[in-house]
Amino acid sequence: MKPVPANILLADDDPDDRMLIREALQEGRLAQTLDSVEDGEELLGRLRDHAHQPPRLILLDLNMPRKDGREALREIKSDPKLRRIPVVVLTTSDSEDDIARMYDLGASSFIVKPRKFEHVVEMMRELSRYWFDTVQLPAPAE
Amino acid sequence: MSKPHKPITILLADDDPEDRMLAHDALQESRVANRLDMVVDGEDLMDYLHRRGPYASLNGNPLPGLILLDLNMPRKDGREALREIKSDPKLRRIPVVVLTTSRAEEDIFRTYDLGVNSFVTKPVTFEQLVEVIKTVSRYWVEFVELPSS
Repeated sequence: MKPVPANILLADDDPDDRMLIREALQEGRLAQTLDSVEDGEELLGRLRDHAHQPPRLILLDLNMPRKDGREALREIKSDPKLRRIPVVVLTTSDSEDDIARMYDLGASSFIVKPRKFEHVVEMMRELSRYWFDTVQLPAPAE
Repeated sequence: MSKPHKPITILLADDDPEDRMLAHDALQESRVANRLDMVVDGEDLMDYLHRRGPYASLNGNPLPGLILLDLNMPRKDGREALREIKSDPKLRRIPVVVLTTSRAEEDIFRTYDLGVNSFVTKPVTFEQLVEVIKTVSRYWVEFVELPSS
């Protein structure tokens, strides 16, 4: 039996940030389930591991060791089995360069990480309302 | 958390005049102050984006910050226009949201494969349409970072 699939897969190397997002989902009483990985290498490994159902949405940090978010996004968007999964970049960077490059590489949107917990809660609410209540996501591939 | 309103132009591509009017009214209703431009099919959309033909005078103006794209249109449909936009290095970074009556799996799959930023099915009633347009425009105009045009 496959493990229960998580709706959202978060790739972030900072344990505090991973915990904040998990707590924000609870605080906002959002129905989404979250799974996380610590860098791009682990993200690609997880996405290509058939023991795991693919997530409906990926939240991707940019600056991570081993394989950063830019390289991970490039690989996801050039893999015919993975490319249709929407990837939202979630980063502390607000450089014009990063924004343009990530959209060019096929990011679905780009969000600057808020610092305050209440703003993280608001962000998760907004993300949930948009991606899970308004948008049609592609059905998970088998 | 929501940021100052970005003064982007929203571009709507839809062949149905009534649907264009409804989307326009829904944007007004949701108090989105952004400029809304409208084109009537995929050919018209590509002329607008390339600033040619009837749109040559727009040359030098910033490109739209968001494209709302219907799928079924004459001359050039939304799928073909999306393919062209997402394979053009000058245009591909502009977010494209498909806004269609279709909810077919096939359309959802294919447009995500082509690089659509999101796929939204138009609801039936005007009230629901206002809600959807409100959520979509707030997400893109106030919430996310957009590439500068």
